[in-house]
Amino acid sequence: MSLDLGPLLPGAIVLSSMLPGVLIFLVDEESHLLRTLLNLFGAVLKLVLVGVMIWGVWRGEVFESRLDIAPGLELVLHADALSVLFVSLSTVLWLITTVYAIGYLEYSVNRSRFFGFFSLCVSATVGIALAGNLLTFVIFYEILTLATYPLVAHRGTPEATRGAKIYLAYTLSGGLLLLVGAVWLRTLTGPVDFLAGGVLSGMPASMHGELVAIFVLLLAGLGVKAALVPLHGWLPQSMVAPAPVSALLHAVAVVKAGAFGILRVVFDVYGVEFAAELGLLAILAALASLTILYGSVLALTQDGLKKRLAFSTVSQVSYIALGASLLGPIATVGGMVHLVHQGIMKITLFLCAGNYAETLGVHKVSQMDGVGRRMPLTTLAFSVGALGMIGIPPIAGFVSKWYLGLGGVTAGQHWVLLVLAASTLLNAGYFLPILYRAWFRPLPAAWENEHRFQTRFETMGALLWPPVITAVLCLLAGLFAAAPVSPLQWAQLIARREYGL
Amino acid sequence: MTAQFLYGGAGLILFVLGLWSFLVHAPLLRKLIALNIMGGGVFHVLIAVAYRGDGVPPDPVPHALVLTGIVVAVSATALGLVLGARMQAGEREG
Amino acid sequence: MHLDLLTDPLVLCIMLPLLGAVLTAALPRRAVLLGSLMAVATSAAAVTLTILVWQSGTLRVALGGWDQKLAISLRADGLATALVVMANIVGLGISVYASGYFRDPERMRAFWPLWLLLWAALNGLFLAGDLFNLYVMLELLGIAAAALGALTGSRDAIAANLRYLLVGLLGSITYLLGVALLYTAHGTLDLDLVAASIAADDELFAVNAATLVLMVAGLALKAALFPLHFWLPPAHANAPAPVSAALSALVVKAAFYLILRLWLDLFAPVTGMAAAMLLALLGAAAVVWGSWRALRAERLKLLAAYSTVAQIGYLFLFLPLLAATPAGPVRDSLLAALVLMAVTHGFAKAGFFLATGLVQTNAGHDRIDDLGGTAQRLPATTFAIALSGSALIGLPPSGSFIGKWLLMQCAIETGQWWWVIVVTTGTLLAAAYVFRVLSRAFGLEPTPLRFITDARAEIPALLLALVSVAVLGLASGPLWTLLGLQAGGDA
Repeated sequence: MSLDLGPLLPGAIVLSSMLPGVLIFLVDEESHLLRTLLNLFGAVLKLVLVGVMIWGVWRGEVFESRLDIAPGLELVLHADALSVLFVSLSTVLWLITTVYAIGYLEYSVNRSRFFGFFSLCVSATVGIALAGNLLTFVIFYEILTLATYPLVAHRGTPEATRGAKIYLAYTLSGGLLLLVGAVWLRTLTGPVDFLAGGVLSGMPASMHGELVAIFVLLLAGLGVKAALVPLHGWLPQSMVAPAPVSALLHAVAVVKAGAFGILRVVFDVYGVEFAAELGLLAILAALASLTILYGSVLALTQDGLKKRLAFSTVSQVSYIALGASLLGPIATVGGMVHLVHQGIMKITLFLCAGNYAETLGVHKVSQMDGVGRRMPLTTLAFSVGALGMIGIPPIAGFVSKWYLGLGGVTAGQHWVLLVLAASTLLNAGYFLPILYRAWFRPLPAAWENEHRFQTRFETMGALLWPPVITAVLCLLAGLFAAAPVSPLQWAQLIARREYGL
Repeated sequence: MTAQFLYGGAGLILFVLGLWSFLVHAPLLRKLIALNIMGGGVFHVLIAVAYRGDGVPPDPVPHALVLTGIVVAVSATALGLVLGARMQAGEREG
Repeated sequence: MHLDLLTDPLVLCIMLPLLGAVLTAALPRRAVLLGSLMAVATSAAAVTLTILVWQSGTLRVALGGWDQKLAISLRADGLATALVVMANIVGLGISVYASGYFRDPERMRAFWPLWLLLWAALNGLFLAGDLFNLYVMLELLGIAAAALGALTGSRDAIAANLRYLLVGLLGSITYLLGVALLYTAHGTLDLDLVAASIAADDELFAVNAATLVLMVAGLALKAALFPLHFWLPPAHANAPAPVSAALSALVVKAAFYLILRLWLDLFAPVTGMAAAMLLALLGAAAVVWGSWRALRAERLKLLAAYSTVAQIGYLFLFLPLLAATPAGPVRDSLLAALVLMAVTHGFAKAGFFLATGLVQTNAGHDRIDDLGGTAQRLPATTFAIALSGSALIGLPPSGSFIGKWLLMQCAIETGQWWWVIVVTTGTLLAAAYVFRVLSRAFGLEPTPLRFITDARAEIPALLLALVSVAVLGLASGPLWTLLGLQAGGDA
């Protein structure tokens, strides 16, 4: 084997879903089989390619694709430890969600359009993960906005159109702020790639004012997608999207892209120590804490299951930003690992919510009495996700919270414990009543819109197994956190590199 | 020399008069005539430029330009008139 | 005339469409076939020309065998070639589309000679090497454009295009007066010689400045620079779709090209920061006002026409930045960004108008609020609108994204940060008007069964839109080479 994959692989990983996506648009609506094949081909191929890349990065190989757009403007796709973390998350969850979506949309219309954009959406996410400089990041960030819009609007109802419009207004404005920030930064630094430890610490003190302003612009742009309060307004509105889209939006693509961007800017552009020196971490910490508490409080008041989950996302994603805002490797590990943990837990919850809606017609928390007895496997998966979110050991969420708390204490920021404690109580406050209803309340005589599938399980296989698998992943990520390739170990590897340990 | 300036100056005055007329008068015919007067002004200037002194044959280049310019102006005017006539015919029918 | 001139791609770019115009006029029954053949041949000549210029730099041809001072000379440098290749590829797309567009055979026969005449004038304008030929081509372009625009025969169309014709004539006569003054002062019409003379002679500053004002004012009228844009929206919105595409994507661009040529090549010693700033302010007003009117437009074609007003405005924003940047790689990048934006808009707007035409034929109208079902029924067309729309907004990876990136970068570097505000405002407004259309594509109407329903009409629009988004945005490097600019545009 003398073929040098280094310069090809990152590009191939992006294209492995983009090209099938483009082809899917051309597939006739009735060609169910061809479309499914294309979908799965892309998803599996991407998984294989990512596997090859992880193996390579593990052995210390460098993977970098470069494309000259114009002199001085380069599209760079680069696989470092942080991008591998995000790429693996989105690739694995994409495969699972694709299977789910094929089942979910079985009798629906406009499937070619849906799956085409679905694939583009993941391609953009992977592009964001692999982006090696700010220009590349901005490009894929905007493509993600565009690819997601049709997914949110997919149902075509007036609410869907409205939700999509709000989504677009927020994200495009945010994208523009990000663009201006990126261009401005570029005028100060020239073309620079992301680099562990940051690239700005050498800037003269006279530029610090500008750097702070640029950080605010970047944070505002990224904060929209990461749903930082007060930029979160679009997220609950886009709940009109079909369940697999919501799952993808909340666990993998849009929200996570914003959070991932914040990590990139803090660690690989500014450098966490330099950001602390400029006082930027304090801004981020304040926003993140506010968002964590505000999102949880609002989640308490929602009766719609998906809305409750949406506000829970607002809150949970900010753990990632919180981890980035605390100086010290332990908190960094907490934030980074939550990128993965929140993803697998939240996707479980959303897929389960989709199952309740599709199978029983249940959309509200108040309708969930006894669903555990009608759909035990789904509800079991839901419970794992919910308990994980609260932070019950040994589920993945506990690991994140443990490292965040420990990191806060190590950094001398004891207030973090207060935020975490309050958030945990609130998490319990909005998740436990659901579990209580689901398991312990009596079943209603009949569900209004129950749909019985031809199967011996509680619902269609394509809908049932994806959340069960992700729930198992949540348990594994918590139980085997100390194993060599667990998300935690990988996050520790990243943190060591960022702090030059 | 004086004749040259007079001729050229008259050309500029024609141009300005034509421009004024084009801007203030609405009817199509007047606008077309105004444009032709402006064109005539420019041609005056070009002819004045061609003068190279008594007894010396004039510069042929501006003359060629004027000839071409006249052809172009005639075609443009013709199209303007055709479109105007179409519109009037349409108005009468409607 | 030497025989080898007849095979020179520079000459062919003009003679082939001209020949086509004559042939299609003489044999109206075979107009579609002959016209299509000539369209393909012309585009092939233009592509050949581009490859030659790309490899070996500026090409020149002197017709008639006179020396440079007198001859009709043609010249293809990087700037001209970039626009030629854009115009001819777009022209080919428009031709393919048009071959199936006109249902009425009479209009079909009238279309081809005029369209090929317009094409010849366009190539002639880009390639002409002297001021007077530029004038002739400008007039020819204006006449052909107005005649084509009135082709639908509706009262609105005739009225709008009559106005377009008159305004165009006013613009070109003003330009011609400038030509006369320049000849008076410098005794030549050749672009290079006049440029050298202006650079060498400081004493003629007043004449030169007056000429600059006359020529730029005349051309700004034809380029529809705010507030001289009033004629554009009705003229472009009422023309048949392929004509609208040509007018908005190409004809307006030709007038801008001429301004740029004069500004950069001829009058560089005369133009000052104040003049550049004035034009850029008008450009900024065009960006905001044009985008706003596009947002408020009730009809899709009117929206597209106002969007052209805005997009032309962006191009003028570059002038003060060029004035503030010293020669070198940064200025080169800025110039390339300017051309990139102009070229991207050419592709995007053509794709947009062609797709719009299809929507209009399909729905029987183009009222944006009632387009829901149609947009959903024609996925490929809606897709073309979406792609070209993202290029109009300037979203990545379109060419205009790269253009705007470099524009903003230079604005910050030169301390003229206020243009960043103009660009962001324009971008947001553009996003609003594009997505106002696209949001109609998601409704509860029946699902289409396949992506493409009418290949001959949909594929050109889709391909043009695709070029503006994917090709120009991801591989704009060759443009730098074509323009003969230094690589490495970063400070």
